[in-house]
Amino acid sequence: MTNVLKKLKLESPIHISKRTDMPKWKSWLIRGGAIVAALLLCGIISSILSSGSFSSFMEQMFKGCFSTPRRAINLFEETALLLCISLAVTPAFKMKFWNIGAEGQVLMGALLCATCMKYFGGKVDDGLLIVIMLVFSIVGGAVWSTIPAIFKAKWNTNETLFTLMMNYIAMGLIACVIAIWVPNNSGTVGVLSYGNFPKIGRYPYILNIIIVAILTVLVFIYLRFSKHGYELSVVGESVNTAKYIGINVKKVIVRTMILSGALCGIAGWLIVGGASHTVSTEVAGGRGFTAILISWLAHFDPIAMSFTAFLVAFLSQGSSQAASVLNFGGSFPKIITGMFFFIIIASEFFVGYKIKFTFGKRKAERADELNAEESDGSIGATAYDSADLGDGEPNEITARIDNSAEEIALPSENNQNAQKEEEVEA
Amino acid sequence: MKKKILALVLAIAMIAALCVGLAACNKDNLDGIKIGLICLHDENSTYDKNFIDAMYQAVDEMGMKREQLVIKKNIPEGSECYDAAVDLAEDGCNIIFADSFGHEDHMIRAAKEYPNVQFCHATGTKAHTENLANFHNAFASIYEGRYLAGIVAGYRLKEMIESQQITADQAKLGYVGAWAYAEVKSGYTSFYLGAKSVCPSVTMDVTFTNSWYDPTAEQNGAVKLMGRGCKVISQHADSMGAPNACQSANPKVPNVTYNVSTKAECADTYLVGSKINWAPYYKYIVDCVANGVAIDKDWTGTLATGSVQLLEYGNGVSQAAKDAVAAAEAKLKDGTLKVFDCSKFTVNGDHLTSYMADVNSDANFEKDTQVIENGIFKESAFRSAPYFDIDIDGITLLS
Repeated sequence: MTNVLKKLKLESPIHISKRTDMPKWKSWLIRGGAIVAALLLCGIISSILSSGSFSSFMEQMFKGCFSTPRRAINLFEETALLLCISLAVTPAFKMKFWNIGAEGQVLMGALLCATCMKYFGGKVDDGLLIVIMLVFSIVGGAVWSTIPAIFKAKWNTNETLFTLMMNYIAMGLIACVIAIWVPNNSGTVGVLSYGNFPKIGRYPYILNIIIVAILTVLVFIYLRFSKHGYELSVVGESVNTAKYIGINVKKVIVRTMILSGALCGIAGWLIVGGASHTVSTEVAGGRGFTAILISWLAHFDPIAMSFTAFLVAFLSQGSSQAASVLNFGGSFPKIITGMFFFIIIASEFFVGYKIKFTFGKRKAERADELNAEESDGSIGATAYDSADLGDGEPNEITARIDNSAEEIALPSENNQNAQKEEEVEA
Repeated sequence: MKKKILALVLAIAMIAALCVGLAACNKDNLDGIKIGLICLHDENSTYDKNFIDAMYQAVDEMGMKREQLVIKKNIPEGSECYDAAVDLAEDGCNIIFADSFGHEDHMIRAAKEYPNVQFCHATGTKAHTENLANFHNAFASIYEGRYLAGIVAGYRLKEMIESQQITADQAKLGYVGAWAYAEVKSGYTSFYLGAKSVCPSVTMDVTFTNSWYDPTAEQNGAVKLMGRGCKVISQHADSMGAPNACQSANPKVPNVTYNVSTKAECADTYLVGSKINWAPYYKYIVDCVANGVAIDKDWTGTLATGSVQLLEYGNGVSQAAKDAVAAAEAKLKDGTLKVFDCSKFTVNGDHLTSYMADVNSDANFEKDTQVIENGIFKESAFRSAPYFDIDIDGITLLS
């Protein structure tokens, strides 16, 4: 194809260029539109599966989340847990430290929390026990995040692979501990009766929601207004710049990852102490990975993150209810969530990039056009914007997306090679 | 005006007639019933599919409407189970049933909050000691079904020996277990004893996946067992992992399933299977609630109640094997044959005469109850969930 184009001296028909000139209201309009479009599309899928179910799908999506106070509280509790872990991964991401080990860090927090409940339960006052649980959970999560951080700071190891591997070690550890705790091999710890968070009012989980609301504000202040927050974003933009202006990069990496792990530990504490009262390898429920998506979609802004977390929780709870009432298979909520994010992420592309169709135009014509544009000054302005660190959020984000794609692509290629080698050996 | 009044009177008369008619069918009691079913996974898991299918069967056979049933799928064994249970209770369900062992504690939490709703739980162990009026356990004597399936597997080995495909000491079964837990141990031991009753030289290798549902691990487990020379594979795990491994192996290896027949998907390898049919229990609890009768704290289904069933036979099962199964089934039903007859197996070379089992759940896993009486291990007699957790001679545990 490209050869043919070259021969004809034709331009490739589609041009994609970065855009920085989109006003904020317009970009949010695109995102809002994408959400509505996704919801409609999901409704259409539902009516394909069961004819005439479009309206009842829409109805159940909302009924499943808001028709009773308990459903609403469950929704906000799930939002809170997702948000807490998203807050945890955000400082590291802003620093361009690709921490995908949140799942394992939450699990370690959960494990140490459950350990406290099991061994200190009944021996100390429940209020004190909850505080001990918190301290241990924070330590558990922080240790799990600090190990890869030290390796990154000292030996520049690949943090993506390292944190990913740490997830599986955490799962293995929990399986080990359960095998010791439960000698009859049922693999089920059961509810631990001490150290359960007190109920506020009639319903459970309210305390979880309040704690995460406070954390959100604190993390927002930390990132936006503190010296630490500034330092980590400088490290994220350019390590060399950071070094030049006298920032101790290694210290910032380790410090930020301790914070990241500690917040994950708190999430583990909320899950075990405030909700499940038990521990298993599935207690984090994949939230550690979902949180990455939530943080990205919100452009690392804690306030925007509370909306994206809410969206994820709403989708999963609403579509589960719809699946239950409309009698769809167990995979239906996953399909809906997957479709939804496919569209939302696609919309981000249109916010960050401009597409120009130039069918059949010859290179020369195109070059003329480009020159004309340049004399307008629009290209020049773009170049200036991208050089400016402080301005242009979409620009910053798209740059990050580019980087992450590079970083993540490398290990997967290595994996494929390793797999191929294994196959050859086999 | 007169016409309107006439129409109204007629309409009321028709409604009244309808009500009388329904009452005559004794269905009015059932109209007030709403059942909630909580599943650990969805219909892709053979285990959960078995519960879901039986529920539809029971609801249809009792003449209830499908709207009287709410199914919640993919509910993990954590606070999500509690949330699902209380949500169903608030949604108007008067019976809530959960299907996985780890759901139990969370169901108990919900049961304490909603004393007027009946909470029923399969495979659980705590109802008989928890003493809540509205929390109940249920299970079935599936070891009898496994024993019958074992006879079919044993016959296949016997036929291989007779046709000199293998020698007597090569007669080995393979078993993919989920956890080294009593429910699994009771299952594979009864399967082994069934095979041994027709092929005395049989041995068995067992591997565990440490998960109730892990298709890859189950498939790998089956492949490992085939590599160790197992001639027939069976499993107690909830995916299609092991049956698919048997079907795609070269040479193909016969498979004995649990809960669902794979005759369509694995026509060459499917021998037979056993399952718990939950429909009789569902009907029982619906009846109880409709008539205001208390539900058994701990209910055990049997071959006689129709709760334990042998699945359809596969293509290559001989008539002799089918006859042997029929004979054994009759003896199990009339009580002349006991699966865990201690004279039929040894532990470290000796026949057991007494055994203390952990029947009453407690934090220390204390062995609290003597379960061997007159040389018979009384499985599912002191509580419905199995407690046979002995490693007997002839069975090798891997991993």
